Amino acid sequence: MGNLFSAKNREVFSTPISMNNPVTVQVLGICSALAVTSKLEPAIVMGLSVTIITAFSNVVISLIRKTIPNRIRIIVQLVVVAALVTIVSELLKAFAYDVSVQLSVYVGLIITNCILMGRLEAFAMANGPWESCLDGLGNGLGYAKILVIVAFIRELLGSGTLLGFNVLNHAAIQEFGYVNNGLMLMPPMALIIVACLIWYQRAKHPELQDKE
Amino acid sequence: MKKLESSLKNMALALTGFSVVAGALLGWVNSVTAEPIAQANAKTLSDAIAVVVPGFDNNPAEAADTVEVNGAQYIIYKATKGGQPVGAAVQSASNGFGGPLTVLVGFDNDGNIIDYSLLSHSETPGLGSKAAEWFKKGAKGDITGKNPGQEPLTVSKDGGKIDAITASTITSRAFLLAVNNAYAAYKNQHVDSASGASQQAKPAEKCDTDTTNVEPVKE
Repeated sequence: MGNLFSAKNREVFSTPISMNNPVTVQVLGICSALAVTSKLEPAIVMGLSVTIITAFSNVVISLIRKTIPNRIRIIVQLVVVAALVTIVSELLKAFAYDVSVQLSVYVGLIITNCILMGRLEAFAMANGPWESCLDGLGNGLGYAKILVIVAFIRELLGSGTLLGFNVLNHAAIQEFGYVNNGLMLMPPMALIIVACLIWYQRAKHPELQDKE
Repeated sequence: MKKLESSLKNMALALTGFSVVAGALLGWVNSVTAEPIAQANAKTLSDAIAVVVPGFDNNPAEAADTVEVNGAQYIIYKATKGGQPVGAAVQSASNGFGGPLTVLVGFDNDGNIIDYSLLSHSETPGLGSKAAEWFKKGAKGDITGKNPGQEPLTVSKDGGKIDAITASTITSRAFLLAVNNAYAAYKNQHVDSASGASQQAKPAEKCDTDTTNVEPVKE
């Protein structure tokens, strides 16, 4: 049991959440980070979907990695990911219809998410199922963390709500001159917030800064 | 276990095997989710009908007529109160920027638009997807109370009176085309079943106004 949560495995899980975050450090998965973060609910669902799919596909690819001929490995990875994404998409349509409408095409686009394909190619093809599962969970949660932070800021300051509940749209607050910022709901603002997060992280950890 | 080499036989067997397993799994999931998805769609439709034609006491979803005009099919859900018609909800579709765009439009007996609901679309979230709210009562492109029979609804860029969604002109054209077609089906008039992108009077290259998100018309 101790071996399952060894220092190496803990590092595999925790590094992508902070120091090697797929969005802020590797700058992957930016497209959906812009598109689904104007509200918190779809951002949470998207983050969870990517986390589940990344973890599952990592485990599946890791289990069958020895039976995948090298020349067709990308095709097999796509088959596995596409199947898992379609399953998640169907489940969302069946049991979370409103959210599936909000996410629209972006659930399908998880198939082409660089984070997902990158982890399959770089990690799952070379490691065991448990380590691959931890790596998938770590990268998925690292992605989800950024989505939730961005969506929290955008929904709160753009709509004055959180998860649809009214937070800032009260007469008492608006008497002070507070007005919801419409720019927050526009796609460029997501990029600006992600840029601010990258700036903060690199200022806090100078080792992440590009060397001259 | 040694890794499989990339021989033709190995590649064919591996890919076939993985595809069959994936296909079987998807088939099973489809059978499990088919019923809940159908229920979700039915609920969405009944909720939408209640929004676009309020004040009926029948079940319009059960009183559906399918009308075919110019090869395109339109579903008309007739609403009655005390046996008297109070209007109808018409389901119409057109080709948007990202694919088919299906809209349910509510008309009163005179053909005035009561409200609408966007049933399904593949438009870009944050841009074309704004069609769900943009044309509602009090919004920028408000179409409620208008009668497409008196004057077809078109965007201001095409000489009409409706403000297009910012940076989503094709979606706006497609949406208004679907609304006009819904009215035509309701009144059984002529319907143009082209895509929203073909509604321009002149090619985009010759327009001196902003042509963001507009496909040039092939002449």
